[in-house]
Amino acid sequence: MSVIAPNFKLSEFIKSILDVGFWGLLIFVLIGFPAAFIVLFYIEMPVINGELLTPFLALTWLADPSRTLPIIKAFMTTDLFRIAAFPGFGFAALIAAGTIFVERKMLAKLQLRVGPFYCGKIEGILQLMGDGLKLISKEIIIPAKADKPIFWAAPVLFVATAAAFVSLIPVTPGWVVADVDVGLLAVFAVIGFFPIITILSAWAANSKFPFIGGIRALFQMVSFEIPLILSFLGVVIVTGTLNLSEIAASQSSFPWIIFFPIGAIVFFITMLAELERIPFDLPEAESEIVAGWLTELSGMMYGLVQLGTYLKLYAFAGLFVVVFLGGWNGPMIWPPFPEEIITKGIELGPVTAQIPGLPVFSQEMLNGAVWFVLKTVGVIFFILLPRGVFPRIRIDLLLDLGWKKLIGLAFVNIFIALGLLYAGILGPGGIF
Amino acid sequence: MSTPTLPPGLAIQKADERIMTLNVGPQHPGSGHMRIVVQIDGDYIVACDPDPGYVHRGEEKMAEYRNYVLNIPHLERPVIHDSCNILYPYVLGVEELLGLEITERAKYVRVIAAELNRCVYTMYWLAIYGIFLGHSTMFMWPAGDRELLIDLLEKMTGARVTHSYFIPGGIRNDLPANFEDVCLRQVNYFEKRIKEYADVFYDNPILISRTEKTGVLSREDAIRLGTTGSVLRASGVDYDVRKKEPYDVYDELDFQTNVMKSGDSYARSRIPWLDMMESCRIIRDALQKMPKSGSVRVKLKPNPKGGIDSVYKRIESGRGALGCYIVSDKKPEPYRVKLSVPSFRNLIALPHLLIGEKLGNMPSIYWSLNYWPVEADR
Repeated sequence: MSVIAPNFKLSEFIKSILDVGFWGLLIFVLIGFPAAFIVLFYIEMPVINGELLTPFLALTWLADPSRTLPIIKAFMTTDLFRIAAFPGFGFAALIAAGTIFVERKMLAKLQLRVGPFYCGKIEGILQLMGDGLKLISKEIIIPAKADKPIFWAAPVLFVATAAAFVSLIPVTPGWVVADVDVGLLAVFAVIGFFPIITILSAWAANSKFPFIGGIRALFQMVSFEIPLILSFLGVVIVTGTLNLSEIAASQSSFPWIIFFPIGAIVFFITMLAELERIPFDLPEAESEIVAGWLTELSGMMYGLVQLGTYLKLYAFAGLFVVVFLGGWNGPMIWPPFPEEIITKGIELGPVTAQIPGLPVFSQEMLNGAVWFVLKTVGVIFFILLPRGVFPRIRIDLLLDLGWKKLIGLAFVNIFIALGLLYAGILGPGGIF
Repeated sequence: MSTPTLPPGLAIQKADERIMTLNVGPQHPGSGHMRIVVQIDGDYIVACDPDPGYVHRGEEKMAEYRNYVLNIPHLERPVIHDSCNILYPYVLGVEELLGLEITERAKYVRVIAAELNRCVYTMYWLAIYGIFLGHSTMFMWPAGDRELLIDLLEKMTGARVTHSYFIPGGIRNDLPANFEDVCLRQVNYFEKRIKEYADVFYDNPILISRTEKTGVLSREDAIRLGTTGSVLRASGVDYDVRKKEPYDVYDELDFQTNVMKSGDSYARSRIPWLDMMESCRIIRDALQKMPKSGSVRVKLKPNPKGGIDSVYKRIESGRGALGCYIVSDKKPEPYRVKLSVPSFRNLIALPHLLIGEKLGNMPSIYWSLNYWPVEADR
């Protein structure tokens, strides 16, 4: 007979539960309440039903569950929620995590193997979590002669810049972290930080292979930024705006890729290069320069750079969707919220529950989010696909492609836009 | 400050600010078990010094302390993926020293095993060539497809890679029952699979633009530098030991050698792939012509001793001509065993090819030389 817990005593078990409960309550009352009140005191509170939300009112949901939804809705209007959760970092990180999983499984199927398999019950779905735990628990090794402050700062800056890029992408109407009027210029300004961070990290590592990788990354990003900027100009010319939300809204009847396929192709190729993905992964070409500018990064520093890379991937895919594929526009596929729940409430046997504050999200917003996510996932799929098909390109061929062919094609795209504008087909006063 | 006195033979090299010295290997994903000291000026390689010897194990010296039969398992260690072929010249040489004539069926089985092993080796080489060029699918596909042939070899020999199958006097054991049908089916499927590699790898425009006209080895240089095997044939020299000095039953089999004229990395990477198809042809032909039954092994004396003699035998391995020189002094152990390996011969061409190339071409040129570091070190 096997005994699971030989020294088990019920009285001690109950005592331990009571102890934990007592100390938990004490700590919550002594530290948690004051902390919550301090936070609620300093945060600017929204107004609900003409009544300023004070900390006391915010806590009334404990006594009155019907106030829960209005408070959540009020919280969702705050900048904190937008930055941390929905159109911002949390949403992007979720898509990035999904991208990593899909990439590994898809590549595995393409290469006749199974990919992540054992971690998690279904098809190794928890592998990413395991990898993250491994990276967190690893020792961070800094090269002895590295420039330590810059070397430490570079991965953090990389993620911060990628998150800044994410914040500019409008997901659904009205849901964007930073709705700036010069949105596209802001995008280019943010993208311009990546080569600087890369070369700083590479130089600060004070090692040969990262240095070569950093120089390669600098070459690649700088030379592909020009066709990247030029490939957007067609859309900017016909819409007459740099605001990404307005560009997305201008495509309510058709996406711009119909008129600017060349621009879309140029942007897609430059996007692959900016993301350092195969066939343009020269800065990380492992058989030549080990891991390129990531060689000396270890532990969670490497993990942060990977997180930043995938955030950047999501942001680029989102930018492609917003500019060329119509953003959130699409046929209404989300069912409308049932009216009788708002007017009559939900009948639960003898009780009828009235839930104020419904619906939480409007139908347009949910529909837009669904279309945006669907299109973004599609674009991400096409970004991942070349990894299974192409070998790595060489640096001279890459620069040749960037400076000669793509810039030429981008100018062709601009002339198409000008032609459509002056022929009166697109733009102000045009047919469409 | 006075200049430090240096030991004779050493000199302080004047540092050039533009030149950067890179140690590619041994702990580098693009080197294998060796080191290439590369000096680069910008993106161009100005000097290259391959430094083999990292995995030197003294196989030749070890062979002097073991008798002729005990030498078999450790002599195949330099290239475990090509273990039948690296044993082939040794076994042929020992048979000549002992004056043995082996049976017809054993000769055919040896040829089949050698050709299967050549394909296994080439698939492994191709997988690494793929990942060196950043093509991860070309890493996984050959690594998976070579299991087909490894299964066949396991059925024949009982071991997946280190077979120890060839012994003086024939082969260790006869083929299992029904082997011919299984072998034919697997080899036909294998040939169908490797033809698909053209779509994903050999006809890929990026691969062609990357490897064509890089690392060109002219016909004269290929002969002058003493390269062998696929490197020599890629430069336009029609030289194959199986054709020029046929051993066992290669003169009765129907096959051809593949020759390309350009001598660049692309040709060097394509020749082994074409050779695999020829190997499939050879295997099918040998299965047809093989005597269906008969002994596969000639009995040796309990403690075989050769006469006072020396013998040199050559075969065509997966990398090129592989020679074995055995000196016997009437003892159970050989006096000297010298392996003349193709990898080392092909490595000599590396500095010749790399100087003046871009750093990005280094992996493709290096691995297109069909070089196996462990074999070169022995």
